[in-house]
Amino acid sequence: MADFNVNLRGVGSVSVIDVNGYLDAHTAPELENVFNKLLIDKHYKVVVNFNDLKYISSAGLGVFMAYVETMRDNKGDIKFSNMKENVYNIFDLLGFPILYEFYKDEKEAVQKFSELS
Amino acid sequence: MEKELVVKSTTDNLAKVRDFTRKTAEECGFTEDTLGKIVLAVDEACTNIIKHAYKYSPNGVIIISIKFDKDRFSISIVDEGIHFNPNSVPEPNIVEYYKQKKVGGLGIFLMKKLMDEVKYSTISGNKNEVILVKYLSE
Repeated sequence: MADFNVNLRGVGSVSVIDVNGYLDAHTAPELENVFNKLLIDKHYKVVVNFNDLKYISSAGLGVFMAYVETMRDNKGDIKFSNMKENVYNIFDLLGFPILYEFYKDEKEAVQKFSELS
Repeated sequence: MEKELVVKSTTDNLAKVRDFTRKTAEECGFTEDTLGKIVLAVDEACTNIIKHAYKYSPNGVIIISIKFDKDRFSISIVDEGIHFNPNSVPEPNIVEYYKQKKVGGLGIFLMKKLMDEVKYSTISGNKNEVILVKYLSE
């Protein structure tokens, strides 16, 4: 069984999602559940902290594709932080850096939201 | 050298498929970076089979056979599901994807980027095979 955990916490007005372990077609629905909860609660400013993510496949990448536009339509965004090189390389292969903001630290990503508002 | 793993078409088997692929590829002395590429390509191929060939039916069979010599590390993945024509899948453009809210089709594109060869064929009647190759003489 793939080992994956997802945790949601609030940092000011920003929602931070911590992802941990292996994000694949089996575990991606757990991450979708968190995004669905955010939409219900009308929380559109999201930072995903990848510090403990070891692996991602296109099923995981697809989750971010599915939700980012709704977040942006509501003056929010999905920003990424603390990504390991092997995980970033997959995002890079698919051209994600054109469409998403990547930050070294979670704090920096969270601060970007307050600069705008 | 040849090794085989047979699994049912469920996503909870993807971790088992990745472990099998990684352990076998480790015997060839690939770098960590290349190991990661091979493992992801096999995951993407099996995910596509579960989703598209078997439409998430859990009773399908996926046969993964790996063979290697000094030049080539070759993974054959066979299923008995719906035939798939990879040429029908256009190369994705991430900006277009964003506009269309389209989320599929990234797997094949990744496989082609990650491996040296990706070849689809139909074998003995109604079986589909995809062969993924990584060259050992990098």
